[in-house]
Amino acid sequence: MSRPGFVLEVDERTPPLLVHQGEGFLLERFPLGTRVVYPPDSLPPVANVDAAIQRALMQPVDSPPLPDLLRSGMRLTIVFDDISLPLPQMRPPDIRQRVIEHVLELAAEAGVDDVELIAANSLHRRMTPAELKRIVGERVFRAFFPKHLRNHDAEDPDGLVHLGTTAHGEDVEINRRAAESDLIVYANINLTAMSGGSKSVTVGLGSYRSLRHHHNVHTLRHSRSFNDPPNSAMHHSYDRMAEVLGEAVKVFTIETTLNLDSFPNHVGFLNRREWEWGIGDQLSYLAAKRANDLAPPKLRRRLWQSNDAPYGVTGVNAGRPDSVHPLTLANVHRQQLTEVQGQSDIGVWGLPFICPYNVNSIMNPILVMSLGLGYFFNLYRNQPIVRRGGVGIFYHPMPKEFHPVHHPSYIDFFEEVLPQTTDPAAIEAKYEQQFATDPWYTHLYRTSYAYHGVHPFYMWYWGAHAMEHLGDVIFVGADRKTAAVMGFRAASSLADALEMARDTVGSSPSITYLHAPPVTLADVR
Amino acid sequence: MMPALEYRQSTPRFLAARGASSTRLGGRMSGVLASNVAPLRLVHRAEPSLPAGEWVRLRPLLSGICGSDVSLLTGRSSPYFGAVVSMPFVPGHEVVAETLDDLPGLAKGSRVVVDPVLSCAVRGGTPCRWCVAGQHSRCDRVTAGRVSAGLQTGYCTDTGGGWGRQMVAHAAQLHQVPDTLDDRRAVLVEPLACAVHSVRRANVPAGAAVLIVGAGTVGLLTLLALRALTKAGPIYVVAKHAHQHARARELGATEVFQPSRAARAVRRACGGTLEQPMIGGDFLLGGADVAFECTGAGSGLDMALRLVRAGGTVLLSGMPSGGVDLTPVWFRELNLVGSYASSGSATSPAAGPETDEQGTAEPAGGAFAEAMALAAEAPLDGYVDAIYPLSRWREALGHAAKAGQLGAVKVAFDPSRN
Repeated sequence: MSRPGFVLEVDERTPPLLVHQGEGFLLERFPLGTRVVYPPDSLPPVANVDAAIQRALMQPVDSPPLPDLLRSGMRLTIVFDDISLPLPQMRPPDIRQRVIEHVLELAAEAGVDDVELIAANSLHRRMTPAELKRIVGERVFRAFFPKHLRNHDAEDPDGLVHLGTTAHGEDVEINRRAAESDLIVYANINLTAMSGGSKSVTVGLGSYRSLRHHHNVHTLRHSRSFNDPPNSAMHHSYDRMAEVLGEAVKVFTIETTLNLDSFPNHVGFLNRREWEWGIGDQLSYLAAKRANDLAPPKLRRRLWQSNDAPYGVTGVNAGRPDSVHPLTLANVHRQQLTEVQGQSDIGVWGLPFICPYNVNSIMNPILVMSLGLGYFFNLYRNQPIVRRGGVGIFYHPMPKEFHPVHHPSYIDFFEEVLPQTTDPAAIEAKYEQQFATDPWYTHLYRTSYAYHGVHPFYMWYWGAHAMEHLGDVIFVGADRKTAAVMGFRAASSLADALEMARDTVGSSPSITYLHAPPVTLADVR
Repeated sequence: MMPALEYRQSTPRFLAARGASSTRLGGRMSGVLASNVAPLRLVHRAEPSLPAGEWVRLRPLLSGICGSDVSLLTGRSSPYFGAVVSMPFVPGHEVVAETLDDLPGLAKGSRVVVDPVLSCAVRGGTPCRWCVAGQHSRCDRVTAGRVSAGLQTGYCTDTGGGWGRQMVAHAAQLHQVPDTLDDRRAVLVEPLACAVHSVRRANVPAGAAVLIVGAGTVGLLTLLALRALTKAGPIYVVAKHAHQHARARELGATEVFQPSRAARAVRRACGGTLEQPMIGGDFLLGGADVAFECTGAGSGLDMALRLVRAGGTVLLSGMPSGGVDLTPVWFRELNLVGSYASSGSATSPAAGPETDEQGTAEPAGGAFAEAMALAAEAPLDGYVDAIYPLSRWREALGHAAKAGQLGAVKVAFDPSRN
């Protein structure tokens, strides 16, 4: 039995607390009275993962067992979450590999020959063969790549099929092979409450034509939060699309959840509460901090990116998607949810080195914004941890640095669009179509390893709700020029940031720090 | 005797300046090189004498410092020109002056601007084929005739130049300045005539996407001429400095880009794909229809060549200096067009409507007449705001070499001031 999450109130005895700051970290001394939200302790993992998978496939929720859905001569498409999950990457073997191997064994027993595996990378960049291999494992990779194991191509006119529209007029267009299969089996990893469920197939195998209905400013401003599906306009749209999908093709989903063991033992202090650090943790902090600060930037990035998380699997549920997902969400909440009483004037978030879109890549300034004002700000249920008009303080160095292969349209977005306006609605109206249909971006998305041309817009929209809600946004340690282009202010320290925030929230603000790592979902009452 | 800045023959100094300016540090110290290493001195020398009839003495009122002058003084200009100048000479070819003698139809005391090209009409003798055709900027006889070798006033030992208190010019070189045009605008007429000429040379089709690399005097005046004389579509300008961005927008630029993002921005604006070689700058498969290189630097020409679409035109407006990779000219089948000085004279009896080999006509009166009209109408206030006496020539050259950084467009001498 692990300890539940709790809210610490900083007093004289509270030690400095760990804060992520991109590819670095520090111990920060917070003002007295600051509330610090910790998630529950990492849950104990399932003892026998293979047995859990087997059980889920044989005793699914609201669905016949998987073997009963498999028959000789059928077309089976196995779809799996792409490299954007989990974060950091999972120490091999990846849970998706294990699930896929089980499904393939059952398919072989049933005599299914026509099997294809498709990564649900939506408008994300294609994965390299090595990245695909890491997810599905050596055996599956060798057997299926490249002909029967591939990335989804959301810009292949022959590879997409329009399944219809929802009652709200939303186009549902997905991968043709999957849509024309007798069965889609989806292998999912759920790290946050926003993932999985109706989203998996409709988004993961969707096209821009389809995604524009929910990945837009209006929907995101009305998703409060997008980690709380019942109150998320975005999820409502997913659900409507899933209904259309369900009429066209049968989907059997396998959703898995992980605990919070995000860092290996040698940096185990990152997984523990600061006042419980032993002498070993303190020494390892000092050594890691010193080495990290001294390391050349490229080496530092490589070390962080090569950090494989020793996650434990906390649950495997399979069956009908809309029946499975509530069980998955319950597991996510069990691991991440902490109740918080009321909002504060200031919210503080330390942003780590990784987000869903810079795995093996660079976290550019737009991704920093998206991670902070999108993902972390929205780690709440009911209401944000900051009151309306309050101040968001984020930690990140925010260097003006882009991966030229992965993020070509981000560079143009940063240099061409943001200097004109940072207003998400204005950006959407004036520029989205241009970028979404730019033939060069499309070419790079399809043939290189580039995110789709429209992707930086979606990242900007992720922050639309926070931008509307917050009175001021300050980045501690950020490059000032870069922050200014994005419409934010930069502070050199927390003290500076609090001083700057005085204009907005006065001299005695209440402060809440949503502690990360690990991921915490605040249930703000 | 009169004070004048005199450029004299000194191969060691030329080479020293050239060597120094080719380094990174030297490139940043152009002003220091121009005023300390170049073989330029403030001297007292005899006033130039009139070579023949139809010549007139001039008292320069303002004389601009051209980018080509700075190139010469920093050793960046090509040694190619060594054969078509005569030493020592007084530089200065962007001149508004007052006539000191009477001419038929042009009374003493008239204000004039000088077309500096020393062509057949000026030199006497049988006109060459180009001068007969009214294209005197292409004159084949710039080393012959009654004055010494010199492609222009300002490079000829006999004529003097605008950086002296007195000079001489032939009637065919003179264009009377209306009273409504003040000296500061009038001194821009010569570079503006060059811009008009380059725009004519480029044959810009209606609706064409045009790129201007550089937003110094040449770039801005080219933009002005493009908007006034062509039906060009969007015009994109590459400019380094904030004041250049503002001026370019004022003159009708569609968008203005920093050099560092020019390739991406032109791709976004004009379409195509961005290609990134392992060595060297990015280039486009696609891009602008026509590019005007207005920096005179090798890097500017390199950029222009890389950002023009296949079959497009790159016009060299700035005097070229430095090496450049011509592979795009071959691979993309580009038209590389030169544009030197201007053609057409208001007073030359030989001047008529000009026709180049492609059949593009310039109106009667030539580029100077059009430039004069444009200079009167265009928003050019503040373009000439740094005026120095000859005695402060080092400061003036330093200012001109850093004009962009210092927020200036055109730096000029007032040789009559002490």
